Amino acid sequence: MEKTVNQRAWFLVIPVLILVAFSSIIPMMTVVNYSFQDTFGGNDFFWVGLEWYRELLHSERLWDAFGRQLLFSSIILSIEVPLGILVALSMPKKGISASICLVLMSLPLLIPYNVVGTIWQVFGRADIGLLGRTLSDLGISYNYSQNAFDAWATVIAMDVWHWTSLVALLCYAGLRSIPNAYYQAAMIDQASRWSVFRFIELPKMRGVLMIAILLRFMDSFMIYTEPFVLTGGGPGNTTTFLSIDLVKMALGQFDLGPAAAFSLMYFLVILLISYVFYTVMITAEKDEVQS
Amino acid sequence: MASITLENLAHSYHPNPGGDDDFALKAVNHTWEDGRAYALLGPSGCGKTTLLNIISGLLTPTRGRVLFADEDVTASSTVARNIAQVFQFPVVYDTMTVEQNLAFPLRNRGMEASYVAERVGRIADMIGLQADLKKKARGLTSDLKQKISLGRGMVRDDVNAILFDEPLTVIDPHMKWELRTQLKSLHREFNHTMIYVTHDQTEALTFAEKVVVMHEGRVVQIGTPKELFETPAHSFVGYFIGSPGMNFVPVSVAGNNARLGDETMKLTHDYGHPNGDLKLGIRPEFISLTKGVGLPVRINRIQDAGRHKFINAVLFDTEINIAVDASFQIETDMTNVILDPDKVSIFCDDWRIDAQSAGKKDGGVT
Ligand SMILES: Nc1ncnc2c1ncn2[C@@H]1O[C@H](COP(=O)(O)OP(=O)(O)OP(=O)(O)O)[C@@H](O)[C@H]1O
Ligand SMILES: [Mg+2]
Repeated sequence: MEKTVNQRAWFLVIPVLILVAFSSIIPMMTVVNYSFQDTFGGNDFFWVGLEWYRELLHSERLWDAFGRQLLFSSIILSIEVPLGILVALSMPKKGISASICLVLMSLPLLIPYNVVGTIWQVFGRADIGLLGRTLSDLGISYNYSQNAFDAWATVIAMDVWHWTSLVALLCYAGLRSIPNAYYQAAMIDQASRWSVFRFIELPKMRGVLMIAILLRFMDSFMIYTEPFVLTGGGPGNTTTFLSIDLVKMALGQFDLGPAAAFSLMYFLVILLISYVFYTVMITAEKDEVQS
Repeated sequence: MASITLENLAHSYHPNPGGDDDFALKAVNHTWEDGRAYALLGPSGCGKTTLLNIISGLLTPTRGRVLFADEDVTASSTVARNIAQVFQFPVVYDTMTVEQNLAFPLRNRGMEASYVAERVGRIADMIGLQADLKKKARGLTSDLKQKISLGRGMVRDDVNAILFDEPLTVIDPHMKWELRTQLKSLHREFNHTMIYVTHDQTEALTFAEKVVVMHEGRVVQIGTPKELFETPAHSFVGYFIGSPGMNFVPVSVAGNNARLGDETMKLTHDYGHPNGDLKLGIRPEFISLTKGVGLPVRINRIQDAGRHKFINAVLFDTEINIAVDASFQIETDMTNVILDPDKVSIFCDDWRIDAQSAGKKDGGVT
């Protein structure tokens, strides 16, 4: 039977198109539009072409923020991934203790971002915060609002506290899917604990680890609320990450043009890095199957 | 190498086992003699895997002891027991090659490279993995994976025993035969104690010198295939071995008279006056269909199974099966059967009773 082609079917996708248009295409295009124009207040726009992009690419401020952002993401990934795996490995496998563990682990994930920032802000204060007070009583000088190193340490500790559970929970799910027979076979084969991890657990966790790394990378690369609440990007600019810088530019200085160009480049960088990550991991997996 | 003795072994997966029903294994007493090949036969859920795991030390029994020769190893680790075990489902190390998989147990024991290479080569030859040695184990078909599992079980030649838990389930029938032959030749060469779990009776009967039959967490009989067939110690063995299984007809026995329905039949032995639930057991092969002599039957249907015909009939309200040669002509006036008195067994509460020591109840368990 021949199918009749009815062009009117296109009308059926209109609701979705409208939704997508309002939710992403129009806002996105507005940003694109701003990024090529300049304005002196009011609604007077004029075309500047690639000017903003050129300027930003030569701006030291942006490169510094980019560098800090990369450093931050690499540090938290290199802490959260191994730590998450370790936590997942040491979690109880069944029974009531497993459930309690799961609930406790999910708690940090359920706290709103700005609350996390506030919690750590208070926690670290030298006068009333548990952490800050304890450290200063121990004679360790610690002040996250004055000292750049302390600020970084606190921001990183905060992110690790907030997100390690996510990695751990994903890994835990991966571990639970390993049939008991694998562990039994390993015992019969006299595999060491390390071999069990290397040849049984790690391969089975691969898929979820890939997701965990990707999620944590994207999220940490876009981090805004928590460090903003905690340090406001300071002291100086030492914890000013890309999105904090972006907001300063767009709302603080109201430089809409450069901010728009910034946003687009920011977006493309995240897309690019995530794509590279993903491709590398997928190819590695394919090679493994084929060879 | 040593004999393996199980003493009053019981195991329950419940943390606080109550009655008998909570136990996956109930009082197993058995000695696996050194260097023999055993088949462990039993239906699904009867505790075969549990028993193997206890022998290899993967599980600690709730009660009882495991002895290697005279040494109590109940609390010893799997490593200390040095036992090879092949699991019911293929277990392979995905990221390793086939070769690395086979070498893994040897490398973990710190064997020399030349010895490892030699053993891996031998085993790969034996089970037909030579061509695949360099392939990654992931992505292989499930029968190849099962062969790898099997190979890892056989690669160590210094083990105390090799336990196979239904190792050939996913392998196609032709290959099954081939691999079983290889296992047997391996056994002849190295004389390892082998325990081969299966619920396929043909497999059990062709592999082993001795077949151990389990039923509901108990060992009900140990014997040669012939003994299991001719003198099943428990009605379950009679029913489970042979296809179709043994026929059971309610009976009352007095001395050497057996009363079936309203007919009496002479037995070859004197059974005294046993009490309990009595059944007469007879294999379909030992019943002959006759005209006019013997016990009356009503024929339900006839099934042609190649070399045999199976006749399903009713004898005093009990369904029975009769096996006759394919060439046997069945006529409409054949409405009687004769049970070969030499081949009749009497079961009391499911256990076979001996004519000499009538009333013995715990027959097969030694
Ligand atoms: N890990 C476990 N936890 C709880 N119960 C179990 C566990 N393993 C087995 N059982 C129970 O113990 C009994 C015996 O199981 P087992 O696996 O030993 O049987 P099996 O003879 O190997 O059966 P199959 O032929 O299906 O492999 C079954 O009733 C089963 O449900
Ligand atoms: Mg089993």
